[in-house]
Amino acid sequence: MSRQRAFPDTGSAGILQRLARPSPKARHVTQRSPDRWSCDGSGAAGNFLLPLKMPSNKSVSDAPITQFLNCHILKDHTLQREDLWVREGKILNPEKLFFDEKGYADVQIDCKGSIIAPGFIDAQINGGYGIDFSSATDDMKCGVSMVARRLLSTGVTSFCPTLVTSPVSVYHQVIPQIEVQDGGPKGAGILGLHLEGPFISKEKKGAHPEQYLQTFEKHGFQDLLDTYGSLDNVRIVTLAPELNRSEEVIRELVRRGICVSLGHSVSNLAQAEAAVKQGATFITHLFNAMLPFHHRDPGIVGLLTSNEIPAGQSIFYGMIADGIHTNPAALRIAYRAHPTGLVLVTDAIMAMGLPAGRHTLGQQVIEIDGLHAYVAGTKTLSGSIATMDMCVRHLWQVAGCSMEHALEAASLHPAELLGISQTKGTLEYGTDADLVLMDKELNVKATYIAGEWVWKHCKVANELEMGSE
Amino acid sequence: MSRESARARPCGGCGCGVGGGARIPGESKTFTIAMRLVILEDYDKASEWAAKYICNSIVQFKPGPGRYFTLGLPTGSTPAGCYKKLIEYYKNGDLSFKYVKTFNMDEYVALPRDHPESYHSYMWNTFFKHIDIDPKNAHILDGNAPDLQAECDAFERKIAEAGGIELFVGGIGPDGHIAFNEPGSSLVSRTRVKTLAKETILANARFFDGDLSKVPTMALTVGVGTVMDAKEVMILITGAHKAFALYKAIEEGVNHMWTVSAFQQHPHTTFVCDDDATLELKVKTVKYFQGLMHVHNQLVEPLHSMKSYND
Repeated sequence: MSRQRAFPDTGSAGILQRLARPSPKARHVTQRSPDRWSCDGSGAAGNFLLPLKMPSNKSVSDAPITQFLNCHILKDHTLQREDLWVREGKILNPEKLFFDEKGYADVQIDCKGSIIAPGFIDAQINGGYGIDFSSATDDMKCGVSMVARRLLSTGVTSFCPTLVTSPVSVYHQVIPQIEVQDGGPKGAGILGLHLEGPFISKEKKGAHPEQYLQTFEKHGFQDLLDTYGSLDNVRIVTLAPELNRSEEVIRELVRRGICVSLGHSVSNLAQAEAAVKQGATFITHLFNAMLPFHHRDPGIVGLLTSNEIPAGQSIFYGMIADGIHTNPAALRIAYRAHPTGLVLVTDAIMAMGLPAGRHTLGQQVIEIDGLHAYVAGTKTLSGSIATMDMCVRHLWQVAGCSMEHALEAASLHPAELLGISQTKGTLEYGTDADLVLMDKELNVKATYIAGEWVWKHCKVANELEMGSE
Repeated sequence: MSRESARARPCGGCGCGVGGGARIPGESKTFTIAMRLVILEDYDKASEWAAKYICNSIVQFKPGPGRYFTLGLPTGSTPAGCYKKLIEYYKNGDLSFKYVKTFNMDEYVALPRDHPESYHSYMWNTFFKHIDIDPKNAHILDGNAPDLQAECDAFERKIAEAGGIELFVGGIGPDGHIAFNEPGSSLVSRTRVKTLAKETILANARFFDGDLSKVPTMALTVGVGTVMDAKEVMILITGAHKAFALYKAIEEGVNHMWTVSAFQQHPHTTFVCDDDATLELKVKTVKYFQGLMHVHNQLVEPLHSMKSYND
């Protein structure tokens, strides 16, 4: 093999083969036909990572630069055939890199036509893989970490562990154990807790245990503080706005930067609008656990088209798009009425990822049957066991929305809801490089957090596997 | 074809004084004094011919460490098709820009570098981001430099340090200008600041939402003399709206009101155009050069590839 060669070794697969000093292993690889390398979009064998031994430019930063090639990225609300560049965990502007720093990539990853979307954000998830976030245990930190790690395979890179209505002792035991933290190879990031209950309506408790419901009658906001103990790592609180003194509670929560969500409620539209005027911005699983739409009083559902929303404020609504909690026609009505407010949530229970049978959720027992999870012995839905990527695919297939909208419902919209869209939920320059790579049917192929590869589908071969054959 | 017949022959027919030189197939480039008018059917074929010529020029030069091929580049709608084809050759592995240095012709003054209409943005989006050129080797004038003339002088120096330009690719304005050397520019000019002619501003308005007030009025440009210094020049001219300028450039005399006409005195110029661009030429000029296409095509067939240098 001549070292005097003037040009880089360009094999038939072009850029894939470019190595500064081809090793014997790489030489073996370059002799393969291009077909062996191609990914047919179904997640079948295809090489991703091929380190390119080009010297990195050190003028601004020593950190290595990664370039994702041959991908379609979700940018400016469309899927564009553009490369994606990452450095130090953030999305990099390649034009600036080229002209200002005269820099280029240290590592190139051939995505073979994959779609790259911002990592999914799940604002409501009660547990999974056998872990129930509402259970009385001192080992919750470990449980949350395990779920955070398993969630990576569903494309979720950030989530809000959710606690359903529980006794005060459980709140005091569990809440201090769950802290806001960045995601990484160990698992998806925790954005903060979602406390769903106990300040909810008895009539719309759903699967929540009635004996632990509470009100704000005695001391207003102090009742809430006494119940939860600490609000330090709390991100979202779901409550019923028709409860007495809810307005002052909502005001105080919003003042503390906590997102207030309306749900498990029998409030009418006027009460819901009053809550929104105090700063509530979210609706917990629209249609479920609230009064149905009525043409003379649309109730909470009417917020989607209300003209009482204060200027500059948006209303978002969670949807469990598992094909069970909401009829597709209802999903379409909501989507068409207010497409930019749709936030996909899993509302997943601990049984997500577990086999069929009986399991314990909070203080209750539930039964799994296919994709259905019921309160044992009843037909009341207990929660969903569909993963976030299943929800994205379902939304795309039945809502009549574009692929871009379906992806944004799981990334951009939850980020906007939580006020973090400057860093998450988009692929804009300077934002966190939390990414999910998918095939054309929106099956997850690989997940990245801060530009680091944290999960891949088992059928996606890596360089080592290819080289050893 | 013997080496002798490859030398320039004065044309006996129309008296235009140009000849048809040709490279001997299979050999590396011989320097023949020639003015060629290459006429292709349409825009796509003209773009492809030009791209093949550039590809062959680079490949046969055998660039490598310490031996860079220097290429002058234009912007605008005319070369877009050519850039697309070059990117295709790169993606096929036939061409690499690793040892190519590029020098763009011009850039607007006082337009932010990341403005979508700046020539930096054009070159990044149309060309640089798709190929393997080293960013240090891609030179574009900086229209936001604190001292514009110093920036121009530095550009000339960079060209000289790179050993001069092997092949300068350019376009032509409807007023016959090359780069931003507007009518009346000195034919021995160097890189400098130029105020744009009204016709140019009008032609550019379409890139600025049709709003004349948004179009830059000044630009940094290589001079006619700078391009004349290149070893070879290739001018792309497509479309009926350029036909009159092409006529003035090659069928009339050398005139600073039609600055492209200066290239009649360059030892190695190739004009690549489509049928529409020849609409103002004499029929006999067009027929003469169309008759030479079989010779011109030897410059691009076969298309040389860097893959064949791998062994």
